[in-house]
Amino acid sequence: MEAGLNATEDRLRDLMVRGLAGDNAAYRVFLKELSAHLRAFLRRRLTRLPDDVEDLVQETLLAIHNQRHTYESEQPLTAWVHAIARYKLVDLLRRRAGREALHEPLEDELAVFAANDSDAADAQRDVAKLLARLPDRQRLPIQYMKLEGLSVIETARATGMSESAVKVGVHRGLKALAAMIRDGSA
Amino acid sequence: MKTDDLVAMLAAGAAPVEPGTTSRRYAAALGWGAFGATLLMAIVLGVRPDLADAVRLPMFWMKLAFPACLAAGALIAATRLSRPGVQLGRASAALAAPVLAMWLLAAFVLATAAADQREALILGDTWNECPSLVAMLSLPVFVAALWAMQGLAPTRLALSGAAAGLLAGSVGALVYALHCPEMEAPFLAIWYLLGMLIPTAAGALIGPRLLRW
Repeated sequence: MEAGLNATEDRLRDLMVRGLAGDNAAYRVFLKELSAHLRAFLRRRLTRLPDDVEDLVQETLLAIHNQRHTYESEQPLTAWVHAIARYKLVDLLRRRAGREALHEPLEDELAVFAANDSDAADAQRDVAKLLARLPDRQRLPIQYMKLEGLSVIETARATGMSESAVKVGVHRGLKALAAMIRDGSA
Repeated sequence: MKTDDLVAMLAAGAAPVEPGTTSRRYAAALGWGAFGATLLMAIVLGVRPDLADAVRLPMFWMKLAFPACLAAGALIAATRLSRPGVQLGRASAALAAPVLAMWLLAAFVLATAAADQREALILGDTWNECPSLVAMLSLPVFVAALWAMQGLAPTRLALSGAAAGLLAGSVGALVYALHCPEMEAPFLAIWYLLGMLIPTAAGALIGPRLLRW
């Protein structure tokens, strides 16, 4: 068990570090494997709100992506992921049920990679619909770069925006998306 | 959108991330904030006229060391609190040490002073303006440190706000020390500390609202 967890930690950390260096294929494998771990972790803690699990998996993935600059490779990845998942979980419980829901135990510090669950339910909230509500300067860069797979230069050409405006648009758009989810306009 | 599609979207064209964002943000915040506080002090209050003589006294350096040590501790605490899953570690001890040291020194000074001197040692000439002026000089770093934190990912929001506030307060006190004529440990142990605690409390209050992500 312990050896297995360490192996998972090492493998995911390696993928994450490569992803941070710009290896998008490694980063995609990282997020994909991470989503299975997050799903298992959150499903066990949201036994009373099973319909919220997939939404929270997505919200946590978005938070992990938006905050990836706060991970430094000397830190155990487990601790970083756990802190973000726990923060988003507590936030959701506050939104849903008020403080009494916080009595559910939230310890087992290092268990976030202990199980995985690739059986995704359908999310209730549709992130694509939220994306459509972003202003053009954020929506178009995300649309072209992240959904249609264009490069920064191609996106700049297609939108008439500068390359730096494209990068800023993607960054701010994903942050705005997280804020919409958090503030419950979903 | 299915989770797998979201994963594909997030990974597509994700830009490389340079390591060290946390240190860079705090370096910028502290640099601009301290510059702003010094400017504010020089314009609004003015440097104490006898600074050239004061630098020869050990107590002048004690007066700088006290907020400087707190600023260092608060900076460590704030950077750690800004990153998910990083423990505070010994940062709280690093914050308690200078306060305890200053209180011990103050207690010693009061205990060895003549009874009719004690009130003057505690109140000095400027006790009634010191805390609010320290709080005023903390404003530039307060704004800058909260800006730095907003771009990072604190998970304990009230505590993080307090750390940002203490960083601001201690830099404010450090800069105020260049204006303020008081040189007695009991004065510093009470009024400087109180001045630093004003932005600390303010940070703890607004942290949960301002730092959410």
